[in-house]
Formats: sequence, structure tokens, C-alpha cells
Amino acid sequence: MGSTNSTLSKIPNVEELMEETGFTPAHIVRLYDRFEALDKEKTGHLRPQDFGAINRLAMNPIGDRIIGAFFSPGQETVDFHSFVRILAHFRPADKKHPKDPSMPEPVNSRTSKLKFAFQLYDQDKDGKISRAELLQVLRSMLEMQVTEEQLESIADRTIQEADLDNDDAISFEEFRKVPLGRARRLTYQHGPLQHSAPRILSQPHRK
Amino acid sequence: LAHLLPNRCQSFLERGLLLLVMLIFLEGTALTLGAASSPDISAQDNTGGHEHLDDHQGIAGSNDRTNYTYTKKAFPVLSLDYHHIQVPFEISLWVLLASLMKLGFHLIPRLSSIVPESCLLIVVGLLVGGLIKLAGEEVPPVLDSNLFFLCLLPPIILDAGYFLPIRPFMENIGTILMFAVVGTLWNAFFVGGLLYAVCQIEGTYLSQVELLPCLLFGSIISAVDPVAVLAVFEEIHINELLHILVFGESLLNDAVTVVLYHLFEEYSGAGEVTPMDVVLGVICFLIVSLGGIAVGAIYGILAAFTSRFTSHTRVIEPLFMFVYSYMAYLSAEMFHLSGIMALIACGAVMRPYVEANISHKSHTTVKYFLKMWSSVSETLIFIFLGVATVAGPHAWNWTFVSVTVILCLVSRVIGVVGLTFIINKFRIVKLTTKDQFIVAYGGLRGAIAFSLGYLLDKDLFPMRTMFLTAIITEIFFTVFVQGMTIKPLVDLLAVKKKQEAKRSINEEIHTQFLDHLLTGIEDICGHYGHHHWKDKLNRFNKKYIKKCLIAGERYKEPQLIAFYHKMEFKQAIELVESGGGVKLPSAVPSQVSMQNIQPKKLPPPVAERALPQFTKGREEEIRKILRSNLQKTRQRLRSYNRHTLVADPFEDGWNDFLLKKQRLIELEKKVRPMSNYLTVPGAIPDSPTMCRARLASDPNAFYNIKASSDGVPTIQVDLASPQSPDSVNMEGADRDEDQGLMMKPAGKGEKGEGGNKNPGLMRCLSDPGPSNEDEEDEPFLP
Repeated sequence: MGSTNSTLSKIPNVEELMEETGFTPAHIVRLYDRFEALDKEKTGHLRPQDFGAINRLAMNPIGDRIIGAFFSPGQETVDFHSFVRILAHFRPADKKHPKDPSMPEPVNSRTSKLKFAFQLYDQDKDGKISRAELLQVLRSMLEMQVTEEQLESIADRTIQEADLDNDDAISFEEFRKVPLGRARRLTYQHGPLQHSAPRILSQPHRK
Repeated sequence: LAHLLPNRCQSFLERGLLLLVMLIFLEGTALTLGAASSPDISAQDNTGGHEHLDDHQGIAGSNDRTNYTYTKKAFPVLSLDYHHIQVPFEISLWVLLASLMKLGFHLIPRLSSIVPESCLLIVVGLLVGGLIKLAGEEVPPVLDSNLFFLCLLPPIILDAGYFLPIRPFMENIGTILMFAVVGTLWNAFFVGGLLYAVCQIEGTYLSQVELLPCLLFGSIISAVDPVAVLAVFEEIHINELLHILVFGESLLNDAVTVVLYHLFEEYSGAGEVTPMDVVLGVICFLIVSLGGIAVGAIYGILAAFTSRFTSHTRVIEPLFMFVYSYMAYLSAEMFHLSGIMALIACGAVMRPYVEANISHKSHTTVKYFLKMWSSVSETLIFIFLGVATVAGPHAWNWTFVSVTVILCLVSRVIGVVGLTFIINKFRIVKLTTKDQFIVAYGGLRGAIAFSLGYLLDKDLFPMRTMFLTAIITEIFFTVFVQGMTIKPLVDLLAVKKKQEAKRSINEEIHTQFLDHLLTGIEDICGHYGHHHWKDKLNRFNKKYIKKCLIAGERYKEPQLIAFYHKMEFKQAIELVESGGGVKLPSAVPSQVSMQNIQPKKLPPPVAERALPQFTKGREEEIRKILRSNLQKTRQRLRSYNRHTLVADPFEDGWNDFLLKKQRLIELEKKVRPMSNYLTVPGAIPDSPTMCRARLASDPNAFYNIKASSDGVPTIQVDLASPQSPDSVNMEGADRDEDQGLMMKPAGKGEKGEGGNKNPGLMRCLSDPGPSNEDEEDEPFLP
């Protein structure tokens, strides 16, 4: 694919990026196109308002948090590499690779997706979801049909259920234990990139 | 006196009275209609006709049907002249009957939930037909093909086309086309061919039925009918994807049906079909479908263009839309193109532009008229089906009819399963078995098949009556049996798969959170693989087309002003409907919310505060709240009902979203600001931060939310604060891929306006509270 190669050559350190994230060249090209489409002013960096332009994302109750996840504090822009690194969490998983316990956890494993989600809950980075943080999330997700007291009791109940070490907050371990079996979209072949990318991407190791 | 009776008794009494009135009316109607149909229309009555005679004297005896002798009689003070008003009277009577029936069904409480309305209407038609026959009169041939195709069908199709949810339609267009074209072809040939084979079997006395008429019959009966599908599906509340699949298929198969019908009809006379004819048939199909769409699109553009100039004559705006659409239909029918596709194309094309041009009231008018006409049409069609069943000459042949019914079902199932197998290779969201079942079982036949059969020439097709009988039987079978059982079957299947084992609350919340997260990531990655051409299409649309078709500078102007007013209006309505927003959160019932079709019952407000022990009841309550309230991200999960005037769901979702954000703001003002609002630390004061629409206080200003300047060089992303309407980006909205009321940039100049209007609020925003101040600077991602 000539166009793939030419696009790839535009991206610095693309080999390293592919190695680190596990994306194929086709993936990278696809993401690069998307990056450029979002980067209206062609600065090579994305700013929060570029993300904000995605209308559907703005409608998402946790849209802002997701956007924030792309930007490390201290940075107001995101370059292509960071963009890809974060999206790597959501690459459809490699079914074919046997689980090798000696290797570090692949970046797109279920656990790392959960960790990512956990971080979105946990705004203050103390490793725990406190009652207040939970309350905020609930408030944004439950729209306006629920009263404040109901929200608080839901939050209390949630913590009560999940909290095993009685510190009135949910740690990552406790979070993991929640049986999310029905969250099909976390499991292997249903990564979000599969939806957006051309069909070729559903078999990630086909060259 | 009425209020003395206890309530239940009173409502029962009311209902009883109304039903009685209707029954009497029904009886009266039947007799009148029966009497009126007696073939005596041409005779002109002398008694009331003095005035007519004066006019007719000028027409020098061209029709000398009236020989009048002017004899002096007593001046008739009161006379009955039925024939004078006969036709309009009959029409009105039918329409009234139809509407009263519809009313009646909803009065009987349990009936409408068990039996779909279409079945009841057919039964009513049967009753009326029966009554007319009993009265000794000849049943009027009401389901005349002309009447059907020219008057009854267009409103329904226009209604469907205008409110067609474009995005799901386009997303699934491949699947829909496969079902419509390939599926219908398969059905037609399978049924036709096998019927011919069966007819050739010795013992059935059917050997005179040749191949081509059989194929013709197959093509008539294989088409899924949009009217029937709409009527039944609206009651079973399946999700949008399936609805759009079956419905889209029923619309698009019109082209196939038209071509096949004309092809076989044409060649039944000749008796054989050559390969050349097949090629011609294929070409014809392309012309019919694409031509239909083209005609519709042209009229749609004309309508859009006309609406650009109607700002001074608001009153007739809706008229333009209706007339242009109808003319599109008629023009397409004139060339034997697919009228249905023309109507759909016209409605779909003109909608975004017309909606930008016409006034809010006209918009409402259009909506309501379309719904009204389509509803009446649908009702009439089903009643007429019933009447025609009683009327029509029938030639019952057990073999033929039963084989037809069985074959239709079998071929539909095979067709759907086979096609799904192929289609699933190309689809991302696969069709499950349950989906396949619904698609197969939901392939209902309806009045279009009957009308097409009715159109057949008696001489060319001696077995026409047998065909008609079989068609009617098939229609009855699908509408009654399939229509009535589809709902319980769907529920049964759903229950089987649902495994409604008690999910823990954690599970519910976290699953939903993850769903949102993944959806968000998907949206960031971009929705369509072919993102570019859609983007280009949108840009082309905005640059050129909108300039032409949208009045004045409206395509440029920040529609935000109009939009804000619309929203305020809507919010006011919601408040009023909810009985005055005393306490906003719980006082706004979700009946009003467009995102939820079924009204939700809010559990009674929680009395006690959080206790460590939760009673079982409370837990159930909480679960119920969660389950019903967690926002569903993907529309394919939402049940779809075309009778609830839902415009572009995305547009309404957007409006609702902002509405809710506004209320959140107000709520947060009321609730004692909790100490833990966390934000990723504040913005560089002079960097152009995200411009957000502050709709709370000042409608016309757009605020920049700047955190209290700490000079901390980080981005202000108000992640957790519910105060900010999350990232409503004015600049970015321009590139939105959606139609509907767009939020255009207000212009960069307004960005700088007072960000510190509410210093108290500001402090809350950026003040994370005493305990967390240290952690402001920690990186987001470890």
C-alpha cells in the first residue's frame, strides 16, 4: 500500500510506536488520518477544544474526563505519539498470543483498560475512589432524574458493596473484583477501534 | 350528578356510553353506505334542482338525461337530496368511522395490549362489510387500486420518509438493500416456482396455472408491506436497529416489486421470457429505483428552495411541503418509477433545509398533519381490507392457499437466515439469532399486495380471484397470527437471553461507566471507516448547498439565539407539564424527556438518610432507579416508536443534554457546594480555553470559564465539575457531521466575555477543597 508507506514516513519514530503499542501500520495510518482530521489548524498537536469538537463526545456524560485523560497535567497539547499510546489501551486484544506470564501486561489487556477506567473515576490520584468522586460520577451519569438523597444513598450502597477493607473507598483491587462479565465490550474482539477502522483491523496481526 | 358517583363507576359509565354511541353509529353508517352504493348515481333529482336547471340551460342539451317538466308544486320547505353530497359525505363518514374506531380501541383497557390495532381494524372492516351485506346491499368496492395508491398510501410513506432516522438508515443501508433486493427476489422466485411445481401435481386441479402467472403471484406476495410493518412494530418497541432494518426493507423493496410485477404482467401475455428480457428487467430495476430517487430529490430541492422565500407567508409553508412531496410521488408514478422511493427521497432531502427555513409553528404543523394523515390512512386501509374481504369474489382452493401461506413463511425464514449469514461477514454489529427471528417473523404482508392483485386484468388472468383469495389469506395470516404473537415471542426471547440475575449495584454503575468510556473512545477514533468522504460531503453541503437553500444569512448566523429560545421554550413546557418545578430534579418526570419512551415512575423520595444497613426494599428501589436511569449511550439500545414525534434523535439529545446541564447548574447552586469539586488545575489565563455556552443566567453571552488565575501552567479541563456544560464547543460544532439545528460559532469576538460573572461559582470550580489542595499538581496519568 503505497499511501500507507508514504503516510508512515511522515510520522517520526513510527517503528518504536508500533512496537510499543502493538498497532499495525494500517492502524497507525488510520489513527494518523483521524489525528489530522481532528487537528484543524494543522499544528501537529491536539488541544482540548479539538476533542471538544466531537459532538458525540460532548454529549457523553464522562466526555470531559476522557478528554482529560489524554492530556498529562503540565501539557496543554497532545501529540500524535501520546494520542496513539492512550488509544493503545483500547486496541482489540490479540487473541492469538498465548498469555506469557513473564512478559509485562500488554497495554491493551482487560486489566489495563480497567485501570484506565479506574483513573477516570479517581480524579485525585490517590488510588482510591472516594465517596465524593463516586458521587460526581453518578451525578453526571444519572442525569437529572434522581434526587440528591437518592444519589447519596446509591453512592453509599455502592461503596458498601465493593469495599472489602472498610476504608470507605474503592481501591483498584476491589474495582477489579466487580464481576463485569457482561461488559462484552471489554473482552477481546470488541475493541472500539474495530468499529471505526476498516475491517482489516479486526485481525491485528495480518500484515 | 357525575361527581357523586365514585370515580371508577364514572369512568366505566363514560366508556360504556361512548361505546354505545359508536355502535349505533356503526350500524347507521353501514346502512347508509350500503344504501348509497346502489348504482343510482346518475339520475338527477328534480325536486331540489331548480337552480341546477338554470345553469344547465346554457349547455344546449348535451346530455339530455333530465327531461323536466315544470309543473307547479308546493314549494318544498325541506327536502332530502342525498346524491348531491353523496361522495364527500361517504368519504367523511368512512374517515369518521375509522377515527372513532381508533378512539374506541384505546378505551377498552386490555384490548390494545393484546391485539395490535391493525387486527382490530380489519375486524371492524369485516363487521361493517358484514353489516352491509346483511342489510342486503352490495358492498362498495372500497379498496379500489387507484384510491389506494393515489390517496391512501402517500401520506403514510411521506410520514415515514420525513421522519426516517437518517443516520441508522445510512449506517445499515447495505444490509437493508440486501434484504430488500436480494431477499425479495429470492422470495418471489422461491414462492412462485414452488407454487408452479405444486400446481403441476396431478390431484390439485390447478394445472392450468402456468409458470408466469405463478411467478407474478410470487412477486406480488413476496413484498414486505410498510404499512403493516409500521402498524405492528410500533407496538412492540423493539430497538431502533431492527426497526430500521425491517422498515427500510419494506420501503426499498417497492422498486423490486414494481419491476417484477410489470415484467411478469407484460410477459404473461407473451407466455415466455427470454434472457434479453431478464437483462432489460435488471436495467429497468435500476432505472426505476434510481429514477424514483432522482425525481424525489429534485422535488425535495425545489421544496427547500421555495421554503427559502416563505418568511413573509408563514401560513402556507406546510402546504408547500405537502404539495411538492405529493407531486414527486405522482410524477414518479407517471413514469412507472418507484413512487415510494421518490417520496422517501423527497422527504429526506428537503427536511434539513426546510427545517432551517420554516417557522417553529409551521414545523409543528407539518409534523402533526403528517402524523394525522398517516394515521387516518392506515386506519382506513385496514378497515377497507376487512370490507374488501367480505365483498370480493372469492375462489377458495385449499391447496393453493395453504401452500402459499406455508411457502411464504418458509421462504422468508430461509431468506433471512441465508442473507444474514452473508451479511454478518461484512457487518460490525452482527445480527444475532434473535434479531434474525424478528426480521423474519416481522415480514408482514399488507394492503399493497392486495391492491396489486386487484389490478390484475381479469381476462389475462382467469385465476385472479383465486390469487386474491390467497393474498387475503396471507395478509390475514401475517397480520393476525404473526402480528399478535410477535410481541409475546419477543418478550419470551428477551427474557431468555436477559439473565436478569441481580446485578450488583457496583456492576450496574461500573458497566455503564465503561460503556460510556468505550463509546467516548470510539467517538474519538472516529465513527466511520470512510470518514473522509462523509466529511467532504458535509463540507460541500455547508459550503454550497446550504447557501442556496437556506434563507438569508441563516446558515451563517449563530443559530444559538434561535436555538436558545427554542430550548427555553421547551424547558418552560417541560416545567409546566411537570407541574411546576418546585424541586427540579424529581419534579421533572421522564415522560417529557425524549430519550425515554415509556414513562418512568420515580420511587418515592427517600426518607431516611444513609444508614449502614440497607433494607431489602430500599435496595430494590436503588436498583430500580439505576436500571431505569442510567443513560443509554447508543441509540440502538433505545426502543423506537415512530408515533412519538421524535425528530432527529441526536438533535433532540443534544438539546436535552444542554437542558440537563443547565439544570445541573441550577441544582448545584441549590445544593450546598460540596467541598470536593476537583478540577485538573487551572488554565493559562490567556490561552484560548474552551468556549462554553453558559445558558444559566445570560442567554446571549458566551462565557469563558477561566479558573481563578493561579498562573499554574496547566490546562483547565473541568472534568469533575458538574457546573460546566461539558465541553460545548462553539467553534467545533461547525464541523459536526450532523444535520439538524446546528450550533454555529458565535464568532470569536464573544469569547472574551466576562468569565468572572459568578465569582462564588468560580471559586467552587477551582477550589478542590481543603483536603485535596496538595494533589492539584499531580499528573493525571501516573
